Amino acid sequence: MEKDIREDIAWAKINGDVLKSLETPRPLYWVILLVALAMFGVGLGCEIYQYNIGMGVANLNNPHVWGLYIATFIFWIGMSHSGTLLSAILHLMHADWRKPIYRFAEAMTTFSLMTAGLFVMVHLGRLWQFYYAVPYPNERWTWPNFQSPLLWDAMAIFTYLSSSVIFLYVGMIPDLAIARDNIHSGWRKKLYTLLALGWEGTDRQWRNFRVTYLTVACFLIPLAVSVHSIVASDFAMSQQPGWHVTSFPPYFVAGALYSGCAAIITLFIILRYVFKFEEYMTMPILRKVVRLTFAIAMVWTYLNLIEYASVWYSHDEAAKAVLIQKATGPYAPFWWMMNFCGSVVPLLMMVKRFQTNIPMMFAVSLLLNLGMWLERWMIVSPTFSHGYYPWTWDHFQWPSLVQWGMVFGSFGWFTLLFMVFCKVFPSVSMYEVKEMVYHRSLALKNNELAEKGAH
Amino acid sequence: MSVSNMLENWKNFRHMHPVDDAPHAEYKWAMSIDLDACTGCNACTVACYAENNLPVVGKDKFNAGQQMHWMRIERYWDEDKRDFPDQGAQFLPMMCQHCEAAPCETVCPAGATNHTADGLNSQVYNRCIGSRYCSANCPFKVRYFNWYDYPTTDNVWPAEMTEQLNPDVTVRGKGVMEKCTFCVQRLERAKNNARTEGRLVKDGEVQTACQQACPTNAISFGNLVEPESKVAKQWAHQQVELAREGQAKDEQEGGSKLRGYRIFEELRAYPSVMYLERVRESAI
Repeated sequence: MEKDIREDIAWAKINGDVLKSLETPRPLYWVILLVALAMFGVGLGCEIYQYNIGMGVANLNNPHVWGLYIATFIFWIGMSHSGTLLSAILHLMHADWRKPIYRFAEAMTTFSLMTAGLFVMVHLGRLWQFYYAVPYPNERWTWPNFQSPLLWDAMAIFTYLSSSVIFLYVGMIPDLAIARDNIHSGWRKKLYTLLALGWEGTDRQWRNFRVTYLTVACFLIPLAVSVHSIVASDFAMSQQPGWHVTSFPPYFVAGALYSGCAAIITLFIILRYVFKFEEYMTMPILRKVVRLTFAIAMVWTYLNLIEYASVWYSHDEAAKAVLIQKATGPYAPFWWMMNFCGSVVPLLMMVKRFQTNIPMMFAVSLLLNLGMWLERWMIVSPTFSHGYYPWTWDHFQWPSLVQWGMVFGSFGWFTLLFMVFCKVFPSVSMYEVKEMVYHRSLALKNNELAEKGAH
Repeated sequence: MSVSNMLENWKNFRHMHPVDDAPHAEYKWAMSIDLDACTGCNACTVACYAENNLPVVGKDKFNAGQQMHWMRIERYWDEDKRDFPDQGAQFLPMMCQHCEAAPCETVCPAGATNHTADGLNSQVYNRCIGSRYCSANCPFKVRYFNWYDYPTTDNVWPAEMTEQLNPDVTVRGKGVMEKCTFCVQRLERAKNNARTEGRLVKDGEVQTACQQACPTNAISFGNLVEPESKVAKQWAHQQVELAREGQAKDEQEGGSKLRGYRIFEELRAYPSVMYLERVRESAI
């Protein structure tokens, strides 16, 4: 078995390598940043247009009142889950291979949640009144409707977002102190000084830090499960055929972890190259992430098949008609592609040789996320074109370029936030990589001693 | 803004409909539509456009599915392979069914759609944020969204038509949901008149615009609480009860010869509109 990380990396070298990522990334970084900015510009333009003219420009209609905005919203929410899986769940399970990669995964959580939040906003017909859905003190003495799954959604997402930001920040404090001590003076030094909260690395600080970190991690895990279950409730709690499915919450959570893990592979490969992290984001770690993704892919496939089977055998004629229409109607190409990308493409990950083949895994991870995005679209839209009421049947409403533009722009917005984060904050956890190196070299030393017969 | 205020609101506006904890005291507005009398002439739809200031969106938007007809005449064709024009068209006027347990009400995040004490499913335009969840959860798809800012769109009410706009009805702005109100402005006026005279609204005193325009009297509308009203008599005669998700008459062996039914009764939304099935040639 190859090593996850070399045991003989000097601590000073770890500091140096990671801090270098804050200063001099490869030129590709700037290209990515520029492209992301342009993409975000496209999305912003579309939103300005839609805001001024009305939701009609998205080519939504009655009965197709929801479209790509809701589908992409679920996609981004889902993406966020794997950050928590890596940073919190694997932390509790003492899987130390997560240490070099959890920081960027956690950042991915935060920024994909922020992207998802945008879609709630652009979806609203009266975006300027969004606060009516929030319980705030007001002179009219009115409350929002606590029965609405959409309201639960807003609360779950906001809680999850604020907790992930806290988790990301708390876990970063020792590294911010390292950055503070090593960076040249300037605005960054001031920023790190402020954010490091006077960290000196005393015993007492470390003890408190560990307890805090563990507590927030424990708090975050149930949130991660609940937030996507509640997103699933938006559909499962409704009455519509194709949505009213009891197994939706676990199905959504599995799908969320799935797309998140695929996104981690994509970002792993990009960061590894752009910030020259080859020493830390090693092939054995990639292999572990790929295996994890494969396992989750199979769980998702299983739950997906359960959903089909339960609809097929339920004798709920309306739901069955929706399923048949998905497979044969106007949405059929996308539906089959979703099944192909979601359940067949991951089989490539079984081949050991492919697991560390970077171009291959890059392509596979993108295809998996394409499949997962299509999955969300296939949950939202076909129900509208073949719901209960015959008058509404067989209308295929192709989303307009405004919708596509905003979906496109959201990838720019996410990449922009993520890339700026990685340049401003250490995207590899220095102190945890040091721990990892230390523990491994200690284990190595003990083994050598044991071989010599000493105790 | 307090928790007790919230609970109070909850008690007043959020009932499990229809239940005994707060039965309709004075009014329960309901409708019945005789499909055998309906000729599909669309007069009701036109009357609704005129009464409720519905925007006339034009061909392009209509084709894009963005029309705003609160009341629509649906066409269904007999499936006995006859060609047009002998195909045997059947018509179904469809509008908000004012469900007692309305699927749209529970899902609105802002609480913009509520049940009134009169058994109407109300839409508060000013409170609507346009999440469109209500429409997504409506089994009948009778909710219409303002995809554009219709009051300022030049073609929806040409200049010569503005004189006929109804001053009793607000014009809805961009981004809110709207739907059939059972002509709530007429109901309120009738109730106010009756209250001034210290009585209840009499049967036939108030008509909805669609009912008024119907040349064959296919639509009846009235107060279901008052047993002597035409609607209540029709419902009783057809043995259709508001608070049931399956009617007793349908449970008996061989069914019944009565024509009354409600659409998607089994979804347990308890619609307030009863339809009378068309008498088919094959049934005579």
